[in-house]
Amino acid sequence: MNIIDRRLNPKGKSLPNRQRLLRRVKAQVREAVAQSIAGRRIAEVDADKAVPVPVHGIAEPSFRKGSDGTREFVLPGNQKFVKGDRIAKPPSGGGQGREAADSGSGEDEFTFTLSRKEFLDIFFDDLELPDMVKRRLKESTATVPARAGYTVSGAPQALDVLRTMRNGLARRLALRRPRPDELAELESLAAEAEAAGDRATVARVAEQIEALRRRLRLIPWIDPVDVRFRRFEHRPVPIAQAVMFCLMDVSGSMNEHMKDLAKRFFMLLYLFLDRRYKAVDIVFIRHTHEAQEVDEETFFRSRETGGTVVSSALQVAIDIIDERYPVDAWNIYIAQASDGDNLTSDRGRVIDAMSNRLLQACQYFAYLEVDDPPADVWEGRSSSSELWRTYQELQRPGTPLALRRATAAAQIFGVFHELFSRDAVS
Amino acid sequence: MPLLYQGSEWNFDKLKRVHDAVEEIALGEMGLDTYPIQVEVITAEQMLDAYASIGLPILYRHWSFGKRFARDETLYRKGYQGLAYEIVINSDPCICYVMEENSMTMQALVLAHAAYGHNHFFKNNHLFRQWTDASGILDYLAFARDYVANCEDRYGIDAVERVLDAAHALQTQGVNRYTRRQKRSLAEELARQKERRDYAESTWNPLWTTVPGIDVESQLSATEQPMLDEERIRSIELPEENLLYFLEKTSPSLRGWEREILRIVRMLAQYFYPQRQTKVMNEGCATFVHYKIMTRLHETGQIDDGSYLEFLHSHTSVVHQIDFTDKRYGGINPYALGFSVMRDIERICREPTDEDARWFPDFAGNGDPMGTLREVWADYRDESFLLQFLGPKVIRDFRMLRLRDASGEPYFEVTAIHDEQGYREVRAALAEEFDSGRLDPEIQVVDVDLLGDRRLTLEHRVHEGQRLERSSAGKTLHHIRTLWGYPVRLCEVDAATGDALPSGETELP
Repeated sequence: MNIIDRRLNPKGKSLPNRQRLLRRVKAQVREAVAQSIAGRRIAEVDADKAVPVPVHGIAEPSFRKGSDGTREFVLPGNQKFVKGDRIAKPPSGGGQGREAADSGSGEDEFTFTLSRKEFLDIFFDDLELPDMVKRRLKESTATVPARAGYTVSGAPQALDVLRTMRNGLARRLALRRPRPDELAELESLAAEAEAAGDRATVARVAEQIEALRRRLRLIPWIDPVDVRFRRFEHRPVPIAQAVMFCLMDVSGSMNEHMKDLAKRFFMLLYLFLDRRYKAVDIVFIRHTHEAQEVDEETFFRSRETGGTVVSSALQVAIDIIDERYPVDAWNIYIAQASDGDNLTSDRGRVIDAMSNRLLQACQYFAYLEVDDPPADVWEGRSSSSELWRTYQELQRPGTPLALRRATAAAQIFGVFHELFSRDAVS
Repeated sequence: MPLLYQGSEWNFDKLKRVHDAVEEIALGEMGLDTYPIQVEVITAEQMLDAYASIGLPILYRHWSFGKRFARDETLYRKGYQGLAYEIVINSDPCICYVMEENSMTMQALVLAHAAYGHNHFFKNNHLFRQWTDASGILDYLAFARDYVANCEDRYGIDAVERVLDAAHALQTQGVNRYTRRQKRSLAEELARQKERRDYAESTWNPLWTTVPGIDVESQLSATEQPMLDEERIRSIELPEENLLYFLEKTSPSLRGWEREILRIVRMLAQYFYPQRQTKVMNEGCATFVHYKIMTRLHETGQIDDGSYLEFLHSHTSVVHQIDFTDKRYGGINPYALGFSVMRDIERICREPTDEDARWFPDFAGNGDPMGTLREVWADYRDESFLLQFLGPKVIRDFRMLRLRDASGEPYFEVTAIHDEQGYREVRAALAEEFDSGRLDPEIQVVDVDLLGDRRLTLEHRVHEGQRLERSSAGKTLHHIRTLWGYPVRLCEVDAATGDALPSGETELP
């Protein structure tokens, strides 16, 4: 008998099977993810929480008998029945219930849970930052070691044994280093001559042996000139660098519901960028009648009141771009969330800032307009939102400007998905 | 004899000692004959993995195994379902997985149950000897996994999945129930040829050479032409009940690798075919063996009373039969049934009653229970085993009754109980319940329209009005359509009269 301890074998042997299952039920998984997002609080979006996915439609069909017809079966544990008795069938067709359990058709629907990683994978599947075109070497950029030939000096772990031995072999052949068996041969010859008492031969052979020994000493097996090390060069990796501007209206006209929607949107954006791109800078700008750059915590949490002047935020963005993010070195993305209110007198400045500076500088400008439910309010208001009309004017084919609306938390995911879906982007 | 171990902790030393003691009883006292044993210790998670791949150590990849894993995992994590203590694989050497969570007593039980009970059954039962190749299965599984993975690389996951889905749907219709005629060897073929020639020579009559020759085929009348077509159809050997085999060999639209995948699924179905037919016997045999061995270990003082009580606790819960009136009832427990019948055989060999002597004259009182049982384990499958050895005592102990369930009637009728008139009827009905030939629908390929649109016709011969489950059958037919590539038709006919049943025809153009 053999006993083998398999406990340390790699786990997750059926992981590929699970991936195939997820592929198979992709549509259902996505629906569950979208629903789960709608119900979560912002802080929980990223939380390590399992998502139950009810799965149907992955039955494995086969030819099996249904419940019709006549059949006989044996049951154990008869307490009171005698031949000829009749037992009423259970109301829901008891015979069928038993059959279904036996044939396994009852197991078609079941629920399984997604891990956090799977959840995020699916959540951001097919999403892409548009137009990641400009590639530029950043100063603090990372390097990767890459093989670059051989060197005669280096660390022991970089020793290239094969190359070293090859050099050694060539050198030994060229310099005619005696082989061990030559020496052994002479020694046996000396021993023979010694036994035979042939002094002359002994002396001659001893001389030859001495010569060989000296040669062996002078021509080493491995010489420092043979040694080669693998050489590595540190090559800088070009990384596409991007900066994302988050602009939010925090004025009095934005109520809690609207702010919540906007926050959800930015939260998704943040998760998305954080996960997909290593070198993405994020700039948070909030504005009332005046705008300021804030940190993430303040952006999402603090309260502010005041009027609404959108151009102030745009101007701050322009200033920051000029100051820190030169257009030729950075991919610039701007996302703005607002309820659409703006001072009418501000309109000219907005158009000017947008068309002359921002739209030319950025890869993508996404505008999200948030409002109270119900949705049918839009019918009356859709054309009357000041900012929406302003931006609409700027929209031309080829302009990297996208406008979307959302009224309920459940819509955010859809809107987000639309804005960054691979198709829409390309 | 000294105790083999104490307490519940196990380690490899104890495992080895216990194995040696178990081996001595199994091979020495009981005369079992087993493959070499390989015990592998695994964790609960690995056990779940093994569940997902239908107990096999290596298997190709498919989403249905992922589904099985997800379901088992959910049930296990929520505590609805415990895990098996062991899994044993019919291979040479016989691989026996044991869980690390088991106590030492449980490990001893598992060794006796799986490594000797199941192992002996695998090696000796005629079904396994006839249909499975224990020494080759692990290599074949490795081949299958690599082949499917290669196909996925070359033709894409979707293309492979399409074939596997379809093949899995036909698994139960993918086994040979009877051995095929052996191919004749060249020598036999030559001998036959010579025999024919000799016959022709011995009966040669020059008179016939004067009759003018005719071209037979062109002279055929309108009624005879169809007969010739039938001849052609016969050349692909219809009817054929192994649908996977038929599609693999004759489907006009499959490519080489797709046929190989069908073959892999068919081979696995065939490998599991004996297991489906010997649930009661296999588990009965293993349970009987572990009961004997553990009891002997206790009798000879090699395990202490505490361990023996722990063993009895698991043993009795394994062989407990829940009454049908209980909510938890989930069918006849194959462990309980098999174990009881085998214990009954042992009793009859040793101390037969008059009744036993009437029922089992062949072996009642022969005084050699182990010899009798070894023969039983070698020569029977569930259906024939029950029909042959289910005695009145076990029927009484189980208080069995036979019910008749006719669709359309609001009641079940009790047609036999455990009394003198009922024994034989109960026994026959129970044996039939374990006959896989009766449980699976009888479906055959009956016709291929080779000269027309290549339509494939399948026939389900309906017994006792037991029709196919419609929606599932429809989906399965779609899978056949995929593999065949041309129209397929499924007809349901009454097996007794041969008449087509109402709305029993489905056709996919």
